[in-house]
Amino acid sequence: MPDNTLGTSPDDVQFRFRDDEVVDHAAVTVDSFLDQSNAAAVRIEPGDNARDLLPHLDRIKLVEVNFPSFMDGRGYSSARVLREAGYEGEIRAVGEVLIDQLAIMRRCGFDAFAPDNELDAADAEHAFSLWDNVYQKTTDGRAPIWQKRHG
Amino acid sequence: MYRYDQYDQQMVDTRVAEFRDQTRRRLEGKITEDQFKPLRLQNGLYLQLHAYMLRVAVPYGTLNSTQMHALADIADKYDRGYGHFTTRQNIQYNWIKLEEAPDLLADLAKVEMHAIQTSGNCIRNISSDQYAGAAADELVDPRPYAELLRQWSSFHPEFLHLPRKFKFCVIASDNDRAAMRLHDIGIQVVQNDAGEIGCAFYVGGGMGRTPMIAPLIREFVPLDQLITYSEACLRVYNRYGRRDNKYKARIKILVHELGKDEYARQVEEEFAHLLEQGIEPPLAELERIKPFFADPAFKTGLPDKADRSDDQFARWVDSNCMPHKAPGYVAVTISLKPVGGIPGDASSAQMHAMADLAKDYSFDECRVTHAQNIVLPHVEIGRLNELYAKLAEADLATANIDQIGDIIACPGLDYCSLANARSIPVAQKISQRFEANGKGELLGTLKLKISGCINACGHHHAGHIGILGVDKKGTENYQLLLGGSEAEDTSLAKITGPGFDEAGIVDAVEKAADVYLAQREDGERFLDTYRRIGMDPFKEALYA
Repeated sequence: MPDNTLGTSPDDVQFRFRDDEVVDHAAVTVDSFLDQSNAAAVRIEPGDNARDLLPHLDRIKLVEVNFPSFMDGRGYSSARVLREAGYEGEIRAVGEVLIDQLAIMRRCGFDAFAPDNELDAADAEHAFSLWDNVYQKTTDGRAPIWQKRHG
Repeated sequence: MYRYDQYDQQMVDTRVAEFRDQTRRRLEGKITEDQFKPLRLQNGLYLQLHAYMLRVAVPYGTLNSTQMHALADIADKYDRGYGHFTTRQNIQYNWIKLEEAPDLLADLAKVEMHAIQTSGNCIRNISSDQYAGAAADELVDPRPYAELLRQWSSFHPEFLHLPRKFKFCVIASDNDRAAMRLHDIGIQVVQNDAGEIGCAFYVGGGMGRTPMIAPLIREFVPLDQLITYSEACLRVYNRYGRRDNKYKARIKILVHELGKDEYARQVEEEFAHLLEQGIEPPLAELERIKPFFADPAFKTGLPDKADRSDDQFARWVDSNCMPHKAPGYVAVTISLKPVGGIPGDASSAQMHAMADLAKDYSFDECRVTHAQNIVLPHVEIGRLNELYAKLAEADLATANIDQIGDIIACPGLDYCSLANARSIPVAQKISQRFEANGKGELLGTLKLKISGCINACGHHHAGHIGILGVDKKGTENYQLLLGGSEAEDTSLAKITGPGFDEAGIVDAVEKAADVYLAQREDGERFLDTYRRIGMDPFKEALYA
């Protein structure tokens, strides 16, 4: 399969928490990305090292993080690694993305979701808004409980 | 002990609502069983041989009387009037209906309890020393650090889909009563040469089918970097722990395959990066938590001796009471190992009784131990006689702590869908045998641990005597192991040789005990004699 057919299309994105225009570049594999200078969208598989992308963040507009199985949690670390390095472009969760993972994906820096199977919109909305508070600090800007306790 | 504020309460209440909604979607068929399974597991709900089992978290093993009463009420309302205290200081119920589980969790939340992350591939309930705050030999009370870690690890978004389960233990004494180095991360609170308090990290221990003793990864993590260092340890594991084979997915395999130095190096690299991310709670949060664990108002000028004229009572004092840091007090262990009983089981009436005794005799506090007993941490020596009488009324006065009758056993094939053999009947027969032959007390400290399969929930690798149940061509067979220890002298037990049938294993344990009785030197425990004379004399007696 050629690399340029790998990614999801804007039509596949069911939820998006960004105001900018949806990136319409097909994502390429991390290996392909590192070999070519013009790609702006890349797909991270669970075994890829997200830190390989760090020297190139200024030209990336979209990172797809693939979840072939929702049980494989490496993608959560990948997303956080990118956000911690200052990446501000879109991070799109693709693959087996389910209702009950949406909230924690948001916390790890995902801001777009293209599930393999369309999710129930009402259930998803409920999941995104369920947790009023969080215990940990991540890069999502939410004040953790300890910060609220101590100002 | 720790009490929830509005935030903690809101978190568990939200969790109940979330699980109620997940259960609804499951019962309506909107999610598959494969999708639901990790959700229910992370709320403590297992599907076992006969029914759902629900495991309730008891953070660092500490309970107040209100909570213990609530656990008893749950046993009556949702189960068959029993609860089973576990080797991770939790309690589990064996006869739960899925439809009722959300209501059960709501009842728990009313008493500041939950079942969050008591199962599944996530950071589990954090265990600790059952004598925390009472032991004379501790540097500090380890529980404030465990509570800080509890909050950090609860709902941690990056670490809810780890390669495999992940267990923390926090102690603060050189005497290890919590099997610290047999955890994924064992933390010992220590003091450095400058007199500062910090944490030594041991990473990559565990039992299961590949038992390993955790190596020291870092000697001293300053308290204001505790969460950040933990996060670094977990991130390296989440990214690089094996996911191709569930039996090789625990962090012990990663640490072993990389080597402890390389794992430590990767953690240091991640740690340096995370220190710049500002994820650490301020020390003020630890200072907020600490007063919850302040000493109760110990009295002074108390008697330091009990009336020992009753022999039974004197035996119980000698085996079940532990010296206390406050003069005039002891920590009392209530044995849940009556002769012929099911190790760790308590009836709802017994739980209510223990709750009342905790309130009346121990500043409203009790503890669950990894050896499946209950501790009243702060009891006046002068009131031991009346406490003993009340325990006897509730069938809770068995005098056998750390003796051969104080058996750790997993639920085994009587309940567990993973088991190859029954554990409970073997435990019952051994305790009956040593009661009948009168050797139990003579043998002194002899920790016997039984697992019904290779997953080692009954800690057989760490038993002075361990028993492992296996399936041998369709019949239950039991291997005997000798020489394990979960204490500060951590060691892994070795298999003696060919296994035994159910009657044979009871005889084999007695033969091994007899070798010790014949060969022991002054002051030696079974374990010490084994270490001195080795396996051969035992083999000769067992297989002659």
